[in-house]
Amino acid sequence: MSASSPAAARAAPAMHPMKRVAAYGQEFILLGAIVALFVVVGVVNPRFFGANNITNIFAGNAYIAVAAIGMSLVIISGHIDVAVGSLIGVLATISGTLAVNGYPIWLAWLTPVVIGVVVNAGVGSLVAYLRIPSIVVTLGMLSILKGGLISVTAGAWITNLPEDYLIAQFRLFGIPSPVWFMVILTALVALWMRYSGFGRTIYAIGGNVEAARVAGIQVERSTVIVFAIHGAFAGIAAVLFATQLQVIQSTVPPNLELTVITASVVGGVSILGGTGTVIGSTLAAILFAAIASSLIFLNVSAYWLRAVQGLLILITVLADMARRRRLR
Amino acid sequence: MTATLRSLLRHETILAILLVIVLAALATQSDRFFTTANLLNQGRLMAEVGLVALAMTFVIVTGGIDLSVGSILGLTAILLGVFWHNLGMPLPVAMVLAVVAAGIGGLVNGVIITRFKVPPLIATLATLALYRGLAEGISQARSVRGYPDWFFVLGQGDVWGVPTQLWILGVLVIVAGVILGLTTFGRATYAAGANETGARFSGISVDRTKLLIYTASGLVAGLAGVIFVSRVSTTRSDMGTGLELDVITAVVLGGTSIFGGRGTIIGTVLGLILMQALKNGLALSGVKGDGTIVVIGLVLILAIVASNLFSREGDG
Repeated sequence: MSASSPAAARAAPAMHPMKRVAAYGQEFILLGAIVALFVVVGVVNPRFFGANNITNIFAGNAYIAVAAIGMSLVIISGHIDVAVGSLIGVLATISGTLAVNGYPIWLAWLTPVVIGVVVNAGVGSLVAYLRIPSIVVTLGMLSILKGGLISVTAGAWITNLPEDYLIAQFRLFGIPSPVWFMVILTALVALWMRYSGFGRTIYAIGGNVEAARVAGIQVERSTVIVFAIHGAFAGIAAVLFATQLQVIQSTVPPNLELTVITASVVGGVSILGGTGTVIGSTLAAILFAAIASSLIFLNVSAYWLRAVQGLLILITVLADMARRRRLR
Repeated sequence: MTATLRSLLRHETILAILLVIVLAALATQSDRFFTTANLLNQGRLMAEVGLVALAMTFVIVTGGIDLSVGSILGLTAILLGVFWHNLGMPLPVAMVLAVVAAGIGGLVNGVIITRFKVPPLIATLATLALYRGLAEGISQARSVRGYPDWFFVLGQGDVWGVPTQLWILGVLVIVAGVILGLTTFGRATYAAGANETGARFSGISVDRTKLLIYTASGLVAGLAGVIFVSRVSTTRSDMGTGLELDVITAVVLGGTSIFGGRGTIIGTVLGLILMQALKNGLALSGVKGDGTIVVIGLVLILAIVASNLFSREGDG
């Protein structure tokens, strides 16, 4: 059930086997890429398989995978959000500030999620009701959040975080909690997207807005809800990001929005809206962490990481366009 | 057609009036604002954004967008340093080659967009990462300094009392304005953005038009990169980060529709000056650099909301 695209599902009967692979392939390709990378790098440098390194690969990028779930919903519905990195930076700072100033821990965990929902519902309203393209609204939000954060905090570090606040360092059955968050949220959203009415609504809006409208879908309201859900995931991602170290540097993590968008797109979420799954985006987030780790173990300068990422997104996008042409 | 023309003029008139009000307010707020030295210095500071904004106006009029301009600027700066310092080329040759490389970067954008039909937003988001990544990878975070004195004329020098890059910007404003407003290429640009299918059926080579525009966007980003290096006397791989935001804000503020088909160079220039005046005015009244980013973000969103409301009025 995992790998599916609605366009392909609708056209399912009498589909050529090659087309089936083309339509369902992204998740398998990513899985294959991760396995191949592990084998190759592991052979070249066996220390790559150290327990710590494997844990780091899966836990370290979990917050990106969680943020990419929300981003995938936004992109599937035909929009984009380039402000997510700034939002996560702001929410992480708010969360840490609450924790340090003696507020209940649960409040420090919950507040970012609530604020994320409120802020992005506002963004969604501008996009849906005032018809402002999401790229413009979120470009504006990016500078508002980023500039606002730095002018308030001056980039000061938040230290002395209470021990029981650091949720990302908790372990359950020996596995770090971010991995649990990543796996459970991905599975839940994947099922929800596939089987719930609203999940199908998101695909419908992204696939063809006018058709969705004619079919009786309330496009504006649904768009606002999608952005609000995306805000909730940004909130969870912010808490995981804030608690993974002993300190929070209250600035915007550089290029975070780009990494999140890249994870969604490389994960098979079509840039044109309407298709993709969140399993793909989570696999892509894991693949990025594996690539970053591989560069270290292969003695390649980390300064090439972004070029590799850029190349990866470009190849995936071109493959996506080619695949669409074949499916037609 | 006349209705569109009227709404266009109206937007620019509103903008011009707004600009006069802002300038007047700033002049009363601070006695340092309306000095020749300050105004010329502001001109120097806005030249890089301005150059890129001219090409971006064409890009957005075709209904596209180019997010990679900041990265191209950074890559050009790094290549300039590498060609001159590491490969030992004469500086003028290095300058030309770096700008040519920037043009190739723009051409690659254009090919991805026209030949592979990738939406411009995603294509240039990918190359934003790629070009910045190349800049970081090639430079390995090392900066190049120690340029000869004559090189600084471009970014720090004056010609007849006016900053060199302001002359360059002025000339290119006229060139861009004439091309967009008075030539068949300009008409083709509007046609491609207003109704691409219609433009194709009218025999306009939409792909060739777009290819040229994205290449030009890369070239001016490269030129801005060389001027940037000359202005700050060093090259670093993070140069031009976030430039795209300033550029798009100026263009959209200037009345160019993000959906394509509408916009003028005069509008862009007004938007650019308004933005620079706001930045400068806020800085003079004690708001720190990061606070001004907030205002620019707000202005961008409000400008689009306002322009959407106006254009809906015009339609009805």
